[in-house]
Amino acid sequence: MVNKNRNSNENFSCVDEGKKEELTGVDLSYPCPDIRGRFGEFGGRFVPEILMPALEELEEAFKKIYLTPKFQEELAYHLRDFAGRPTPLYLAERLSEEFGCKVYLKREDLLHGGAHKLNNTIGQALLARSMGKTRLIAETGAGQHGFATAIVGAKFGFKTKIYMGLEDVKRQKHNVYRMRLLGAEVCPVYSGSKTLKDAINEALRDWITNLETTYYLIGSVVGPHPYPLIVREFQRVIGREIKEQILKKEGRFPSALFACIGGGSNAIGTFYDFIKDEEVELIGVEAGGKGLSTGLHSASLKAGTEGVLHGAYTLLLQDKYGQISHSHSVSAGLDYPGVGPEHTFLKQIHRLRVETATDDEALEAFKLVCKLEGIIPALEPSHAIAYARKIAEKFDQDDIIVITLSGSGAKDLDIVREYFDIEERV
Amino acid sequence: MTMVERIKQTFEALKEKNEAAFIPFITLGDPAPSFSVKIAKALIEGGADIIELGIPFSDPVADGPTIQASTTRALSQGMNTDKAFELAKKIRKIAGKTPLVFLTYYNIVLQRGVKNFFKDCSLSGVDGVIIADLPVEEAEPAFKAAKSKNINLIFIVAPSTSDRRLNIVLEKADGFLYVVSLYGTTGARKSLQEITKKTIKRITKRAKGTVPCCVGFGISKPEHVLEVVRAGADGVIVGSAIVDIISKYGELKNGVLEKVKLYAAEMKEATK
Repeated sequence: MVNKNRNSNENFSCVDEGKKEELTGVDLSYPCPDIRGRFGEFGGRFVPEILMPALEELEEAFKKIYLTPKFQEELAYHLRDFAGRPTPLYLAERLSEEFGCKVYLKREDLLHGGAHKLNNTIGQALLARSMGKTRLIAETGAGQHGFATAIVGAKFGFKTKIYMGLEDVKRQKHNVYRMRLLGAEVCPVYSGSKTLKDAINEALRDWITNLETTYYLIGSVVGPHPYPLIVREFQRVIGREIKEQILKKEGRFPSALFACIGGGSNAIGTFYDFIKDEEVELIGVEAGGKGLSTGLHSASLKAGTEGVLHGAYTLLLQDKYGQISHSHSVSAGLDYPGVGPEHTFLKQIHRLRVETATDDEALEAFKLVCKLEGIIPALEPSHAIAYARKIAEKFDQDDIIVITLSGSGAKDLDIVREYFDIEERV
Repeated sequence: MTMVERIKQTFEALKEKNEAAFIPFITLGDPAPSFSVKIAKALIEGGADIIELGIPFSDPVADGPTIQASTTRALSQGMNTDKAFELAKKIRKIAGKTPLVFLTYYNIVLQRGVKNFFKDCSLSGVDGVIIADLPVEEAEPAFKAAKSKNINLIFIVAPSTSDRRLNIVLEKADGFLYVVSLYGTTGARKSLQEITKKTIKRITKRAKGTVPCCVGFGISKPEHVLEVVRAGADGVIVGSAIVDIISKYGELKNGVLEKVKLYAAEMKEATK
């Protein structure tokens, strides 16, 4: 799969040599990331000079604290007693019947806050506290990461400011209100496409201005090194639990794992601990929007070209001059014209299979899960479910598939209602 | 005269006259591509020593609201990298010995191909390139391509840059050093911050005259110029204040060229 002869110095630079295997649980030949923050050729640190020392400070702090028993214990405590981990791996029986194979749902929708995002915000809040920062800033698309940041902001006593594109403020009103209830300031962003990418720009500008006091809590495996590494490490708990749970329940690995990919944090969290288990197919599902041929989609891995956005060299939706395109998806959480550099790398080495589901397909899958399982899924993982449904016939009845249900659909009710109203009128 | 010499000789000539460089910035294509050559001419007539030409990028994270808005206007007028090079050629024709420096973001350079970008700079009479999101650690490909075409790749340092990194940057520094004078994004400010003078002193001390240090971000008035020059700066970079004039007066008929020229002259005077 990967070059096994790679110089070990290039591996997982944030961690002491002896502890690498123990920490990553992954073959050391998986070079992720190297000392320059590169996953293969992807990733890196393309930021204004003023941020470089802050990124070095962050990397240093993470390296120093992450593996200490004290930090691990504290993280485990908050994940268990506050966030509600482990989340169930649930055998969706009626969905299994519909698909013709054994379908398990990893219930991240049951995590406090209603999505997987809290795994990362708890971890990074502990890190921020150890660095002596007093203020958190974050970007948010669907509002789930903003909400999860507001939760840790309140819980750990940070001053918290959330940047959110105006379009997303409008389409995710409930989350805006929830963040404000928890004491976070929500700042609508009026520039560019007024969605997630512009919220990241604005958060970066805030950080540049307030480096001394402020911790930038990125919500996905995007951005400059060491963020893709940090966020992955805090989301890995999803896949680690899946592995334990499925072995306990079934005594064997699934045939395939499915996760939706916007920036890619729930996907990398789901996939990472299975990278070495080559018999498990890893399938990432991007937002096909209104169809790839229309140009209205968010499928950076499937349809993007290489370039630099938000500090990382990765696949992007852009024009030939390098201007970033406006992405589209019915789900705000997938509506991003870039993708985590590690996903780009995993795709390049053919370890990750990348597929898409359209807005319509995702909404159909959304309805199906509601009706068959009594679960209202978020629109983001509805994409993963939609694609799993599409290829379900290739699985045997005994085959196991696991789909990460990264969040609850409570936040999407307005969008869904509007969508089905239109459908019914037509 | 080769291009490397244009920036070098500009600073040498200024040193002889005991003046600092006045370096205005404009976004190419704002408010329209046809406008940019005229503005550049007005700036040169006003006394600009070097001109910075911004190639707009859709996601300019180092820029404050003024330049962001300017970028948006330019892009909505169909500005792109091809047109930027065409405009640079035209500006070169009227610029005489005045060096031209592109300022952009790395994705713009990448998508043209790093080598191609610098080759086209050379063909268009562009003397230097500043890339706002390319720290020295990632700059090797651009540095090599620039060198091979005798273009100055101009690096940025900031108040947060440690002495260790400053030394690395100084080793690669070419043309001049762009000293970001504060913690923040681009944009005009009422007064200079304490950190600005402190940063200038620290960086000029370490540069030891090996490369001119020009200060940007937040400089908009002649008194700012006096202060930073007194602190040891070899030049001042002024962007948002000029972009403000252009956006305020917008059209040629409102005498915007006169206003730009007058402002440039006033700022240039303060460098003397």
